[in-house]
Amino acid sequence: MSTDGVTVAGGGSAQAALEHDPAASAVARTATAGPEGPQSRAARKRAAGHRTWRRALRRDWQLYTLLILPLVFFVVFRYVPMLGNVIAFRRFRPGGSIFGEEWVGLHYVRMFINDPTFWQVFQNTLVLGVLGLVIVFPLPIILALMLNELRSRRFKRLVQTISYLPHFMSVVIVAGLVFQLTAMRGTINQAITAFGGDAISFMQLAEWFRTIYVGSEIWQTVGWGTILYLAALSTVDPQLYEAARIDGANRWRQTWHVTLPGIRPTMVVLLILNIGSFLAVGFEKILLLYNPLLYPTADVIATYLYRVGIGSSQFSYATAIGLFEAIIGLTLVLSANAISRRVVGASLW
Amino acid sequence: MTAENVTHLDERLSQSTVRAVKDTRAYTAFRVINGTLLVIIAAVTLYPFVNLVAQAFSSESYINAGQVNLWPKGFNVTTFQLVMSDAMFWRNYQNTVYYTVVATLVAMVLTTTFAYAISKYNLKGRKVFIGIAVFTMFFNGGLIPNYVLVNELGLRNSVWAIALPNAISVFNLLVMKSFFENFSTELEEAAEIDGLSTYGKLWRIVLPLSKAVIATMILFYAVSFWNSWFAAFLYMDHRDLYPVTVYLRNLIAGATSVDGAAGSAEATQIAANVKAVTMLLTVLPIVCLYPFVQRYFVSGVMLGSVKQ
Repeated sequence: MSTDGVTVAGGGSAQAALEHDPAASAVARTATAGPEGPQSRAARKRAAGHRTWRRALRRDWQLYTLLILPLVFFVVFRYVPMLGNVIAFRRFRPGGSIFGEEWVGLHYVRMFINDPTFWQVFQNTLVLGVLGLVIVFPLPIILALMLNELRSRRFKRLVQTISYLPHFMSVVIVAGLVFQLTAMRGTINQAITAFGGDAISFMQLAEWFRTIYVGSEIWQTVGWGTILYLAALSTVDPQLYEAARIDGANRWRQTWHVTLPGIRPTMVVLLILNIGSFLAVGFEKILLLYNPLLYPTADVIATYLYRVGIGSSQFSYATAIGLFEAIIGLTLVLSANAISRRVVGASLW
Repeated sequence: MTAENVTHLDERLSQSTVRAVKDTRAYTAFRVINGTLLVIIAAVTLYPFVNLVAQAFSSESYINAGQVNLWPKGFNVTTFQLVMSDAMFWRNYQNTVYYTVVATLVAMVLTTTFAYAISKYNLKGRKVFIGIAVFTMFFNGGLIPNYVLVNELGLRNSVWAIALPNAISVFNLLVMKSFFENFSTELEEAAEIDGLSTYGKLWRIVLPLSKAVIATMILFYAVSFWNSWFAAFLYMDHRDLYPVTVYLRNLIAGATSVDGAAGSAEATQIAANVKAVTMLLTVLPIVCLYPFVQRYFVSGVMLGSVKQ
């Protein structure tokens, strides 16, 4: 890295800065500023790094004051709850410390591992998550490609405007619309009876929940999901299409060999994000839609922990379940990101 | 990126699609099918809203007979009068407005100041501050610790239970950050030479010239607070304090009924109609504003994606 002498100089100045000794740091400054050759850059950077915290604070103190309130927000409402997860390993008493009262080790972890309901809801979560990934994820890409083939700009804009609209609906409204459409005399059952079938009481049959959930998810999210793909599509170089045409590619092959590779980075980034939130399936929507009859397919980790935690006040137990879910989510994001960086060279960071 | 830029993108997009010299017959067939499919998709997307409006203006007997689809049957506005004369509905509606305004204000102040500071490349510790924010996108404390914390802080039954825990959306933060990063350095330097402090620069130069992104962010936050229900559902104990989304949720779940018809057979009779009317009144502001503000949302999302 660097010669011994320079390292010492760098270390010395760093120490000086830490001790807030202006004289020593001034000496160090002149020392590091001297002509030591390019190999000392790392050391100098390190020295400069330590030295300028004070200078940075003096120069940018107004900028730092702007950071105070937001940082307080992050610490209090994001990082303290993260630490609060420790009550998964400590007994929490209502009214007591949010970090719990006494260590109980893996008691609550063992509890959910031995809890058959937990494995039931875990399975439901996986199923809904996989359905979302397999069915809902590709649809915006397809819709974006379809929109991209339109020549009438006005028509395109109209379809886009309509398809974005459900995204702005409250989940309460979405649940209300689902109830309305799946009612015994709702539109869907009218269609079924018109074709000679029997009306189905959708919201009482567990086997229909997954269809309803994924269907409403498609309705609400697919149009909005096209935005980024359409933006990516517009940046594909038109010359590539020309070259492909000269090489004899028809429209289909142009799409396959030019368009799709062109939007691949966007696809990868969104896929990673989707994988990360894979277990966090639409908690609020399920909470609004489900009822005890639907638990066999509708109950997911989040709704179960809501019932256990808020419903029956078993805070520590519910936290253990939540922590398990969060750690899986984090692991999934990190691995998906690492894999995609290796394989396709696109990643979140 | 501004809305105009997005329009340019759109134009470029359609120019690039008008590149085929002569269509093959197969391609013409594809275009016809594609166009038809998109019309169907649009119609299906719109249908639930059409059905909602139809039910809101229909009489209950037609709804229960399953005869209301695209057009109201047994047209009436009595349910509208009933819902709108319900004092609780109006109180909850006012609560929604109040919560949305307060929460959006808090969110904007925190998001703007943080985004501005971390947009300065020469700010020491910049990466650490960005990291602190971004990490919370991937890992969070979860429901129970948050719930306990909000209760411990004594925020229950106040607007702060809604406004504070969700004051910064990291996505919005990154959108604003990338906007500020592209802000003209020369302009800020000139302002500095003219003797403006950092606050002065932000307040008098940067913010007035960032109206587009600020409007977009306000829209993002306002819509999400307008639509939110769960925080209020968790932390509000009295129905005087509910936002209209919780009112609606309880109506749908059958936990409350409109005062005028409480407890009678009539209550279940008019249920479907009342729900439709209440839902319609709740989405109305968004649906009315939507055509005008939609393009800002789109440009905001694209702006956020630039740096990803």
